Amino acid sequence: MTDPLANMPLRQEVKSMRPERVRSQWWDIWAQFRTHKGALVGLGFLVFITLFVTLGPLLWDVDPGKLNPRNKDFRPYYTILWDADAKVGWQHPLGSDNLGRDIMANLMAGGRVSLAVGWTAMLLAILIGTVIGVLAGYFRAIDGLLMRFTDLVLSLPLLPLLLVMMLLFRDSLRAAFGPENGIFILIVVAIGVTSWMQTARIVRGDVLALKEREFVLAARSIGTPARRIIRRHVLPNVLSPIMVSATLGLAAAIITESALSFLGLGFPSDFPTWGKILFDSTDRMTSFPERVIWPGLAISLTVLAVNYIGDGLRDALDPAYAVNSGAIAGRTGPPPP
Amino acid sequence: MLTYTLRRIAFAIPTLLIIAAAIFFLLELAPGDPMASVPLTVPSEVKEQMRQALGLGEPAPVRFMLWLRQFFWIEPLNVVDALFGTTFAEGELRIISWQNRAPVFLQIAERIPQTLWVVGTSYVVAILIAMPIGIYSAYRQYSLFDQAGTFITMVGFSVPPFFSGVLVIIIFSVQLGWFPTIYDTRHVVNDWSSFWVQVRQMILPVMVLALQITSQLSRFMRASVLDNLNQDYVRTARAKGLVERRVILVHVLRNSLLPVVTVIALYVPAIFSGAIITEQIFKVNGIGQLLITALQANDWPMVQTLSFIFAVLIVLFNLIADVLYGLLDPRIRYD
Repeated sequence: MTDPLANMPLRQEVKSMRPERVRSQWWDIWAQFRTHKGALVGLGFLVFITLFVTLGPLLWDVDPGKLNPRNKDFRPYYTILWDADAKVGWQHPLGSDNLGRDIMANLMAGGRVSLAVGWTAMLLAILIGTVIGVLAGYFRAIDGLLMRFTDLVLSLPLLPLLLVMMLLFRDSLRAAFGPENGIFILIVVAIGVTSWMQTARIVRGDVLALKEREFVLAARSIGTPARRIIRRHVLPNVLSPIMVSATLGLAAAIITESALSFLGLGFPSDFPTWGKILFDSTDRMTSFPERVIWPGLAISLTVLAVNYIGDGLRDALDPAYAVNSGAIAGRTGPPPP
Repeated sequence: MLTYTLRRIAFAIPTLLIIAAAIFFLLELAPGDPMASVPLTVPSEVKEQMRQALGLGEPAPVRFMLWLRQFFWIEPLNVVDALFGTTFAEGELRIISWQNRAPVFLQIAERIPQTLWVVGTSYVVAILIAMPIGIYSAYRQYSLFDQAGTFITMVGFSVPPFFSGVLVIIIFSVQLGWFPTIYDTRHVVNDWSSFWVQVRQMILPVMVLALQITSQLSRFMRASVLDNLNQDYVRTARAKGLVERRVILVHVLRNSLLPVVTVIALYVPAIFSGAIITEQIFKVNGIGQLLITALQANDWPMVQTLSFIFAVLIVLFNLIADVLYGLLDPRIRYD
């Protein structure tokens, strides 16, 4: 038996030495991430678009739903560069729609909803996927069952089912939580429960490999309960594949939400999201192309940025993979909607 | 290999049954009523009879069994009847659409050629473009071509079809006026000029679908070629003096096609459901549009059948991909 007090000074010494000598793991990842130019630009754009939709309304204080029939059908201000007669005005820098609603304010409000749906649906999918993946990888008794279930869900025709779910539960959820919250919950849950499968598979594979490693064996041999092994030893080590599939999931969720809105099965019509604005403007896109281009660009650039962040994260988290930076692993994600 | 295939088929059947049940009982929750469009003046007894005639009188599990029987037995019999002029399926109730009281499969058979034309062409186009791009990007890794290609493919699968579709309409139909915005499915091809009209109206939808698939496939192709370029057999081939063209196009290409072929098979069902949106944009009246209109009209037999057909496609092509992989690559042995 060693005297616990005898160890104290030594421990403190080690602790105080740490910050200078050992860089944290996260710092290494960030250093590696910074070398990926596309990922940096992507991160920058994601920050910008997040600020645009969250802080933007503070600077551009216009109610997105305010009707103004006198100022309807304004063109964006830059239109005067090639068309001097265009109906433009500084009160609507990006123009206004056929009811006089300001496009810029709508883009901000719509982006807030689109990004919120994307993040929450992604978090839900990651949560379900991680729980199922860890359980299947760690407990052999339920592995077969859970993985057959995952395969089954992967064989479901997801887009038709999403549309059916939207149609079936729209009214009851709207009655229970109000028109906007109800649809928000429905879309998030519907996207979440249909996009966790890839995460579950990747996490399970990694957990299976981790389980055979010495440190897990050591933890088990001193009697650590399964719950704590998972929390302390397994989960931190599967964090990197989870983060990579989180970025893929965020991109997919944003696209799925916009696709649902585009097919007319998303949020109610007076509630803007990027997909909804795009859908509502397609009828008159010959005279007002900017009304589909701006929301479409916002969706596409956000998804592009998130995909680049995913690439950069994968290279940073898995240096062996970065060597030939291929696409075989992980990129088998959900089918393009 | 044969036992593996048989085992997979045996496993696919319960999977499909469970999926069919899941879709069926999800739709059971739906509020739609097939009699909603019948005038109020029709007495309720008559409505009840009409309901019975549609096979709606039974409890849900019985109706599920009936649907299974219709899908797997009566509808194939109808196909046999149509082909050989027999009368096996006479007097049997087919799956009836609630929208227009016509058999669901007749409508699907009407719509499938349009979808197959657009989806099939774009898949072939995408494969033809993706292969050379993938090979060359990998061969000249980090070159200007590779970097441009990687960027474009990244953009290609980040831009959702409902934006790229609208964008190409604005550019090529509205601004330039080269192609029509709407796909006219009643157009009949009987001479060169009408063939040219058909080509022109197919270009935009095919372009939108092909852009997505090309991006995915060329990334796979590039990664797969990269994996193979560092292998020993490539060095051996070069060392024994083979021409570079032969090393790449015969040795490397054949090996790197293995995973890509399976990916091509795996993506087939995905582009069918991807076509739902593209068909909606270009007003192609294929099965995707049929699904959307059926959903909006609460036509559950149609939705059920179409969704199940999508599920069958997914399970079938998963099976094909796995079996193909085993057949093509002798190193893979499943049993």
